[in-house]
Amino acid sequence: MSEVLATPGEASGTPRPTRRRPAWLTRTRTYVWTACAVLLLALPFYLDRFWLQAGLFAMAAAIGAIGINLLTGSTGQLSLGHAFFLAVGAYGYCVFAADGGGGDGLTGLGLPTWIAAVLAVLVAGVAGGLFSPIAGRLQGAYLGIATLALIFIGQHVLFNARDLTGGFNGRDVPPLSLFGLTFDDRELVVADVPFGSAEKLWYAGLVLLLGCALFARGVLRGRPGRAMNAIRDHRIAAGVIGVPVARYRAAVFVLSSMYAGLAGVLLALVFQRTVPDYFGITLSLEYLAMIVIGGLGSVSGAVLGAAFVSLLPQLLTRYSDALPLVSAPGTGGIAPGEASRYLYGAAVVAVVLFLPGGLVRVTAGHRARTHPGEER
Amino acid sequence: MSTFAELLLNGVSLGSVYALIALGFVVIFRATEVVNFAHASLLLAGGYVTATLHDDIGFWPALLAGIAGAALVGAAVEFLVMRRYRGADHSVLAIVTIGVDILLTTELTRRIGTDVLALGDPWGDAVLTVGPISLAHTRIAAFVAAALLITAFLLAFRYTTWGVAMRAAAESAETAALMGVRLGRVSLGAWAVAGGLAAVAALFLTVFPTPGLERATSLAALKAFPAAILGGLDSTTGALVGGLLVGVTESLATGYQSDLTFLGRGLGDLAPYLVMTAILLIRPAGLFGTKELARV
Repeated sequence: MSEVLATPGEASGTPRPTRRRPAWLTRTRTYVWTACAVLLLALPFYLDRFWLQAGLFAMAAAIGAIGINLLTGSTGQLSLGHAFFLAVGAYGYCVFAADGGGGDGLTGLGLPTWIAAVLAVLVAGVAGGLFSPIAGRLQGAYLGIATLALIFIGQHVLFNARDLTGGFNGRDVPPLSLFGLTFDDRELVVADVPFGSAEKLWYAGLVLLLGCALFARGVLRGRPGRAMNAIRDHRIAAGVIGVPVARYRAAVFVLSSMYAGLAGVLLALVFQRTVPDYFGITLSLEYLAMIVIGGLGSVSGAVLGAAFVSLLPQLLTRYSDALPLVSAPGTGGIAPGEASRYLYGAAVVAVVLFLPGGLVRVTAGHRARTHPGEER
Repeated sequence: MSTFAELLLNGVSLGSVYALIALGFVVIFRATEVVNFAHASLLLAGGYVTATLHDDIGFWPALLAGIAGAALVGAAVEFLVMRRYRGADHSVLAIVTIGVDILLTTELTRRIGTDVLALGDPWGDAVLTVGPISLAHTRIAAFVAAALLITAFLLAFRYTTWGVAMRAAAESAETAALMGVRLGRVSLGAWAVAGGLAAVAALFLTVFPTPGLERATSLAALKAFPAAILGGLDSTTGALVGGLLVGVTESLATGYQSDLTFLGRGLGDLAPYLVMTAILLIRPAGLFGTKELARV
């Protein structure tokens, strides 16, 4: 491959005294990224199940957060209904993949699991599309309140459509199988490390997250991304220069709900059981907190924020003995879950007030200063 | 027929309580253009203060303390957080209120825990029966109190200097500031008033027939959001109509639940949101909201 790439430079005859190394080889970023990638690929061989699951939650959350960041961060449309689409993805996968003839008496279509996963994402998109008459016409915080309806409708359906959702107790999630590889706990030993579901899913999660992040980056850097930012910054001006505002809003809403659907599928696979309580308004607020903390409108910000918000409770739970003020649930002190909610609630406020642009702006501080116009 | 009348009256009473909450919400929006997602936690704060104090100092002083407490929390949020924001984008401020809401709700639900706190109201579970219709005293008290407060508020909004300043600020913040209206004070006042109204609403959301103040009370308070938005976020009339509409729908849906079993249980909690969605489909700006006119 490298020979093919090298030939045009030589053939064109441009005067190049010495063959310099390509620019990407000299950048530190390349090495940082490579190091990160190697680290992420190696982690399943060293971490125990607890941390792998925590990491998988973070990956699923990151996918969902990228989705809502496209909507809220880049297009300026607030959504409190993200948890609903996560639920659609998670339960959709269960319904499509489960065997109908199971002992629990729940509906299941028994499709191959990877088709079920794809269908679940599509169904989440369709659900978003059904809401588009509202999503396309309302703006900003108005849409935020309108999408509250989705949460409550979702909760109602989850508790009442027992055939599909299993009601209060939820339902089991059939393990994913892909190309003959089943992501369950039947052990597979790779390099003396037993590979359970967490280890296998880790790689699936990485691939999905990478794909989602690259796709979102493509959307944001191209024509649609500019249109979305134009709608956020000045809706009327965007309309005047020919951006179909309502159609874009609806389309971004659908895209963001598909991201949420995929995150839901992954979450379901990690949890191995879906329960309706999880998909409440708190979850939606968590996703908003993620993107605000990480940085509105940027893909890496969403990933960063998702890692922060979803790893925080796990960290606090794990080290609750060693930390002051935090104690195990039920002992009267501040439970780890609550402590993490204090922290990210405060982080949301602090970030908006003192660090507009979120955590990504800290890592990319110098770039922020050279492009002050981008701030918004 | 008497069931229907009962449900309707209960709905109007409940709706007037929602209208109280929605009114505070609209006041904040008009004065500062911020959609306040922390409103439910203001309500919870007011209710919590009343619930913890009523044993020691009696119900009425406790209620006053609750109102003052919620007003104080509202003012503190405005003073400590909202005022510090230097950007121009109001939808980002809406997200800040979500952060504030996470903080306040976590703190309050942690304090409340799994308890159900009584607010020590004097009405108890007494029921007034007129002919075939019986109505809880608490519902009547709720309606009367809400009607009085709303009337007082609307009169103040129209005739006092404070009201004029607030309307001027809503009309054009810059002009109002040039005319000598102190915008900081206006928005501080708006947050405090909204907190106070929410504290009164907290009382009536938790008295008979509801068991008392618990974690889920903030979910009940969330129903004021559809009330505010289906009336139109910038309209006080809209808040009243929206509140009544939500209250009556909820009451009817709960009352006739047994006839609607195919839709599942707990329909009453869902009804306000369905009504909101239906109305937003037809009128995206709400029933009384001013349709946004844009001048370029």
